[in-house]
Amino acid sequence: MKPFDRVVSKVVPLRADNVDTDQIIPAKYLTTVSKKGLGKGCFHALRYQEDGTDDPSCPLNQPVYQGASILISGSNFGSGSSREHAVWALTDYGFRAVIASSFADIFYNNSLKNGLLPVKLAPGQVEELMQLAQSKPESKIQIDLEKQTVVSPEGREYGFSIDSFRKSCLLQGLDDLGYLLQMIPVVEKYEERVAAGI
Amino acid sequence: MSKRTMLDKIWDAHVVEQAEGKPSVLYIDTHLIHEVTSPQAFAVLRERGLKVRRADRTFATMDHAIPTRKLAFDLWPTEAAVQVQTLRKNCEDFGVTLFDLQGEDQGIVHVVGPEQGITQPGATVVCGDSHTSTHGAFGALAFGVGTSEVSHVLATQCLMQEKPKCFAVNVEGRLGPGVTAKDLILAVIAHIGTGGGAGHVFEFRGEAFRSLDMAGRMTVCNMSIEGGARAGMIAPDETTFEYLKGRPYAPQGEAWDRAVFRWRELPTDEGAVFDREIHLKASDIAPMVTYGTNPGQAIPVNGDIPDPESMSSEEEKRATLQALDYMALRPGSKIAGQQVDIVFIGSCTNGRLEDLRAAAQVVRGKKVRDNVRALVVPGSKHVMKAAELEGLDRIFQESGFEWRNAGCSMCLAMNDDKAESGKYVASTSNRNFRGRQGPGARTMLMSPSMAAAAAVHGEVVDVRQL
Ligand code: SF4
Repeated sequence: MKPFDRVVSKVVPLRADNVDTDQIIPAKYLTTVSKKGLGKGCFHALRYQEDGTDDPSCPLNQPVYQGASILISGSNFGSGSSREHAVWALTDYGFRAVIASSFADIFYNNSLKNGLLPVKLAPGQVEELMQLAQSKPESKIQIDLEKQTVVSPEGREYGFSIDSFRKSCLLQGLDDLGYLLQMIPVVEKYEERVAAGI
Repeated sequence: MSKRTMLDKIWDAHVVEQAEGKPSVLYIDTHLIHEVTSPQAFAVLRERGLKVRRADRTFATMDHAIPTRKLAFDLWPTEAAVQVQTLRKNCEDFGVTLFDLQGEDQGIVHVVGPEQGITQPGATVVCGDSHTSTHGAFGALAFGVGTSEVSHVLATQCLMQEKPKCFAVNVEGRLGPGVTAKDLILAVIAHIGTGGGAGHVFEFRGEAFRSLDMAGRMTVCNMSIEGGARAGMIAPDETTFEYLKGRPYAPQGEAWDRAVFRWRELPTDEGAVFDREIHLKASDIAPMVTYGTNPGQAIPVNGDIPDPESMSSEEEKRATLQALDYMALRPGSKIAGQQVDIVFIGSCTNGRLEDLRAAAQVVRGKKVRDNVRALVVPGSKHVMKAAELEGLDRIFQESGFEWRNAGCSMCLAMNDDKAESGKYVASTSNRNFRGRQGPGARTMLMSPSMAAAAAVHGEVVDVRQL
C-alpha cells in the first residue's frame, strides 16, 4: 500500500448524496481478475452519454479539473455493494482522498486498506469546500494526514478525525495482513480453546 | 455478569486478541467466497506464498457473473468464463470446497450457505459481498467485507475489526394479509433512511420478525445493508433449529444436541441495553414499492409519490428531485398504476422456494401482459429443482415468464440480463440504484407477489385487491 502523508490538489465537486458503489464502478467492469485499469470505468454513467461520448456537464470531463486527486461529495458516500473495485477504480483514476459528510462503513474500510484517505467533515464544512471547488475550480487545498487537517487556499483549517491505528497504517503504508500473520500463534491457541469447549 | 446483547455474546466469543489502541482481532468461523471478489485476494496469497489457513471453513460458489440462460460454456463472454475458471483453479490449488456450476449445489452464495447448513447460529460469517447480512437470520454475526479483507481471512481466518454498535428494530404484531417480509424491511429502511444504520448492527425483534419463516427472516436480514448496517440479526429459535436440522453441513447426532443447547443461550439478555432503538407496528405496514434510486425511497403501494417541495431539508429535497428526475415519476401522483416493462423475480433477497411459490400463486392461470418481459431466476439449483418438482416452472412458463438457471442475473446486470435504458423494472431484488439493472434502467423494488401481479397487469397494483 502506498503511504499517505499529504496531498495538495484541486478538488472535483460531485454534488450528490448516497453516491453508491454501482455508480462509482458499474458491475460490467467487475469481470476483471486484476485490480488495475478500473479507472476507465470510474463513474461511467456520469462521464459518458448514452452514445458513448463524454458528457460535458460532468465535472470529471471538464478540463479545469484534470489532474485533481481529491473528490468531494455529500453524505453516505460509497453505499451499497462491498466491491473493493470501487476504491481501486477511484485510485486508478488518480484520486488519493475523498471528502464527504459521511461514508458507508464497508467503503470506508476498503479505502483505508488501499491508501485512499476518506475525510469526514461536517455537512456545513463540506458545503463550503464544495462551493469553493465549484466557483474557483483552480484553487488547490491541502490535506495533511499527520496533522489531520484540510486547509483551504485562504488558510481556513478544517480538522478531521481518524482512528489512530488506521492513521499510522496509512502514514507508513502498512496493511493488516502483516499484523494478522504475526498473530497466528495466538489464533492457534484460540482455536484450541474453542475446540476444547473452554 | 452484566446483561449482554446477542451481538455482545457473539463478539466476545470471537475476539482472539485485543491490543491497546488497535482494532480487535476477530475470529471468522465461516468464509464464503464467489468468483467476482476473490481473484485479487487469491493473488495476494500467491504473491506472498501463503496458504488458505482453514480451507475446511471456506466455501465457494459461482453466482454473480455467470449467464443464467441455458448456454453452453463456450458461448460465454470471455471475461466471465475467465473468472469462473480462475475460481476453479484457486479452489483446486488451495483445497477449498467449491459448489461448482456443473454440480448440484451451485447458487447465489447467500442462498447456498443456509441451504447447505453452513450458516449456523452464534457464528461469525463473512463474504466479499455486502448482502452477507442475510446469514444473520440464523443469529449469526454476518457481514460483507472487501477483497483485501477476503485475503486476510483466507490467510489467517481473522479480521481486524472495531466493534459495531447495536440497533434494536422492534416491530410488534403480525403483518396483514398480502404484506410480506420484503414490505417489512422496506418499511423499516424507509423509516430510518438508507444510511440510518451506519456503524451499527440491527437486531430485529418482536412478533413481526419472530412469526416469519426462515426465508422471510433472510429477506429481512439481507437488506440490513440497505439501511446502512453491515449486519442484521434475528435471535435463533425453534424455527431456526427446525430449518437447520439434517442439512448437509449442520452438526449431526450428539453434536447437534450440544449445538442447540449452546444456541439457546444466544438471544439478548432481558434488560440488556441497545445503543439505539426504534419501535414500529406491523399493522401499519402495507405492501411497499420504491419510487426513487435508493431503497429508503419507498412508499406504501396506495401512497403518493412525495413532492420534493414538501421535504424538510435541502439535502432531502435535492435527493428526491434527482431521484424523480431519473425515474421520470411525477410528484404527488400514485405509484399504483405506474407502467411496468420488465419483471425480475429472483436474487438473494427473494429467490427462495417460498418466494417463487408466492409469485406463482399470483400468476397461476393468468398471462403476463403483452409488452412485459418477465423472468424468474431461482436462487440456487436446489431451489430450481424443488420448484420444478412442484410444477412452479410450468406455471411461470405457461404465463409467459422465462425460467432461468440459478444466479444473480438482473439483480446486478453483470451478465447479459440487463434492463434497457428508460424501462421500468418491477424487481424483487434489493437495490434500485441508478443503472444497477442496466444503464438508465428504472427499478422499483417490491415483494415477489407484488412483482408477479405487476407482470400480469403491466402496472403496479396492490396485491391485496386482487
Ligand atoms: S443476488 Fe444480487 S445482491 Fe444478491 S449476491 Fe447476487 S448480485 Fe449481490
